[in-house]
Amino acid sequence: MSVTLNDYLLVSVLMFVVGFFGVLMRRNTLIVYMCLELMLVAATLALVAFSRYNQTMDGNVFVFFILTVAAAEVAVGLAIIVALFRRRHTVQLDELNALKN
Amino acid sequence: MAPLLFYLLSALVLGTALLVVTSKNAVNSAMFFLISLLGTAGLFVLLDAFLLAAVLVLVYAGAVVALFLFIIMLLGMKGGERQPLSNSAVLASVVAAAILAIGVLSFVKHGQIAASVPDASAPAAGAVLKFYSAQLFTTYLLPVQVVGFLLLIAMLGVIVLSKRFEDMEKSK
Repeated sequence: MSVTLNDYLLVSVLMFVVGFFGVLMRRNTLIVYMCLELMLVAATLALVAFSRYNQTMDGNVFVFFILTVAAAEVAVGLAIIVALFRRRHTVQLDELNALKN
Repeated sequence: MAPLLFYLLSALVLGTALLVVTSKNAVNSAMFFLISLLGTAGLFVLLDAFLLAAVLVLVYAGAVVALFLFIIMLLGMKGGERQPLSNSAVLASVVAAAILAIGVLSFVKHGQIAASVPDASAPAAGAVLKFYSAQLFTTYLLPVQVVGFLLLIAMLGVIVLSKRFEDMEKSK
């Protein structure tokens, strides 16, 4: 019994769903951000699995770009969160409702 | 050997991913996120993508999680201070996640993937470092340059972002 592509895709999907669930349910901005990163990693796992089972390089190379973009995104996003905390003194999503109404 | 490792690592990854979502303390979440990333790197090794596993550990587990912990420390988040969620919000989250799971799983199950794809016995292209450089410097040369510019712009953006808010606060 060997591990097939579908098994990897299953793990990837479940990881993505867990991240999605966290984004919807948690109210702490930093944890929501962590869950977003979890979703990115899940997509990366699917790309690597497809690349492995199709014997191509494209998925693996795309993972490089995803990692680079994720690193840049984390830097900018955390800078925004810190700037927000300086002005509003909170990181709870419920209290960040300046655009409401 | 490989199936056992696969099941162990995927159980580790999914379990710690759930703990990221459910743990009360933000520092605990970051630590479980770290373990989840290490498990994913293990899965990459099982998929013969050794370089990507190393890069994932270096960039994500090294830099990103450290940055998260640094920000958690900087903002001084009190552990366990979590507002009670309304039942409707939890229910809506569960339903939305379940719908997403069912949608993607049915796509995986009924798509024509398993029939057309060979098994993993063939040699992996991702294991050879030479192929990465060959691709990155020929086919993907333009995206590499664009990503370089993106990193530069992100760096400038972070500098501007953290400077301007300081000035605005002082002028108040």
